[in-house]
Amino acid sequence: MTTDSPSEKRLEELREQAWKDGVIPGKGVDVAGGPIPRKPGYYGQPVVKPPVWTWEVPLYFFFGGIAGMSAVIASGAVIFQHVDLARAAMWLAAIAGAVLSPILLIMDLGRPHLFLNMLRVFKHRSAMSMGAWILSAFGACVVPGLIALELHAHQVFTGSFDQILRLAAGIFIFGSAIFGTLLATYTGVLIGATAIPAWFLHRTLLPIHFGTAGLGSAAAVLELLGHRIPALNFIGFYAAAVESALLIWLSVDKHGAADRAIHEHGSGWLIRIGEILNGPLALVLRFFGLVPLAAISFLLGALISRVGWIAVGKVSGSDPESVFAAERY
Amino acid sequence: MIGEGLQSTNQRKHSYVQDHVEVGFFTDPSVCIGCKACEVACKEWNHVPDDGYTWSGNSYDNTGHLGASTWRHVMFLEQDRPKGNQVAGPMGLPTDPRLEDPFRWVFLSDVCKHCEEAGCLEACPTGSIVRTEVGSVLVQNDVCNGCGYCVVSCPFGVIDRRPEPLHDAGGAFKCTFCYDRQKSGLVPACAKVCPTESIVFGRLDDLRARGAERVQQLQQSGYADAQLYDPTETSVRGIHAFFLILGEPEAYGLPPKPQIPTIYLKSAWTAAFATAIASIIATLVAFAFFP
Repeated sequence: MTTDSPSEKRLEELREQAWKDGVIPGKGVDVAGGPIPRKPGYYGQPVVKPPVWTWEVPLYFFFGGIAGMSAVIASGAVIFQHVDLARAAMWLAAIAGAVLSPILLIMDLGRPHLFLNMLRVFKHRSAMSMGAWILSAFGACVVPGLIALELHAHQVFTGSFDQILRLAAGIFIFGSAIFGTLLATYTGVLIGATAIPAWFLHRTLLPIHFGTAGLGSAAAVLELLGHRIPALNFIGFYAAAVESALLIWLSVDKHGAADRAIHEHGSGWLIRIGEILNGPLALVLRFFGLVPLAAISFLLGALISRVGWIAVGKVSGSDPESVFAAERY
Repeated sequence: MIGEGLQSTNQRKHSYVQDHVEVGFFTDPSVCIGCKACEVACKEWNHVPDDGYTWSGNSYDNTGHLGASTWRHVMFLEQDRPKGNQVAGPMGLPTDPRLEDPFRWVFLSDVCKHCEEAGCLEACPTGSIVRTEVGSVLVQNDVCNGCGYCVVSCPFGVIDRRPEPLHDAGGAFKCTFCYDRQKSGLVPACAKVCPTESIVFGRLDDLRARGAERVQQLQQSGYADAQLYDPTETSVRGIHAFFLILGEPEAYGLPPKPQIPTIYLKSAWTAAFATAIASIIATLVAFAFFP
């Protein structure tokens, strides 16, 4: 056998790679490191812990966003006398915000039976604590608001009690709108103020994205429920335009190795696909008057990008080089 | 210094909890022998469950990293650098640079840093994580509901949620600084068993002075890259369990400039409030101009 035969060349290659990398990956050969490991950090171990959150969390972000912004739409509808739309929006806000969101949030806990411990303390420096209180306050406004609105709409009572109901509905719906905007946006603060590089480097983008995706999603659901009015169409245009701008911002605002989970890893594509669906695609579909398609595209995008952001957090948190690179900023 | 044996602060009874004295750990890899007595003592005293046997292939470290069921972790670093004034290569032969094969094996027992400004403590929505009289950070297991927010808020990746089917699964766990022992005047289990005083327990101010002295001593002995790891200049504002390290912190998986995530709150909330206001305005405009 001559030294330049392919098999000998292969062995030469292996030797060179072993010298260069300190480790040779191969099928059936599971070696973590050579004598002088050249993996980043300490044997490539994560420096910060990746999130332990599972599928409930992105779904909660999705429904929390719909619920919160639905209450905002309900307020607008009440002010401008769209009673049917206001009722539908309040039902949506109540189901998504007072039923689905708490269930998802409790399911995600490691010890669901202790969920009430969230309300033991009020800590403004903890976005998780603020979120628990925002969700509670939202629920405490949206449920009585819906009941008062329905009783008033069906004229169950007459006279002065009906007037009181009307006033109560107004106050509670307005209250749900205020807490609703926070419910839809705080989730961006929640993951933005953490030690995960891909998250904290985009802490200004996240609340804008989550809040606006919530507003567009609420309008989209209401449109799919049959409320095809110009006001909701305008909200759809607005949300899709903002999301398109965020897509551009995200592709320009790169931080090299620090947020490479977004730009180089597959999970980053979930964010981009989501942003394309609820940004440019929803915008174009709406422009051509294909409202139901635009609504579906926006909703899908809002959900997929939420899943993507949690997935990216797991990748970014497991990557020691991202943490080191982020700290050099 | 090193070698005080039974006279060291590791063996003496104390009343730091009653006297509200800030205490700390000073961990010194230059005298660690990698025996893992600290890991064993920690698991035994605190009833930390066995979280599986795996062969990592990473030197003699089969523990991996700190987590919900690992509160002390002895690291084994293999580096192609000389250790102090050690002579590597064939001993006694005429020095030939080509025969030099610098190599050092460094052991360091990692632990929760008990930050001055603790990310986990700030993040905890239940008030389960508290600051004790001695300045340590303690998780009250019976209060924790396992929301997992402390996990992503720790800049050192220490605290974690314990997975099923381990004992007490679902809650977040980390080093308690043996608060239960300290209340009774006892020294944390890991420091008590350390045979070389690589882990020293004592008053924080004493330890900081001791650490600075040890760095000087080592540098004079040829350990040019000996330094203290105690990020007092960042928003973490110093740690109660600090380390002497040889070389750069990254090699130990320690973040060079750890930050407490609460510093990001201001810009994130500003964006949130701006989005909230913009959404309300957009909705009002929609109904006012597109009836």
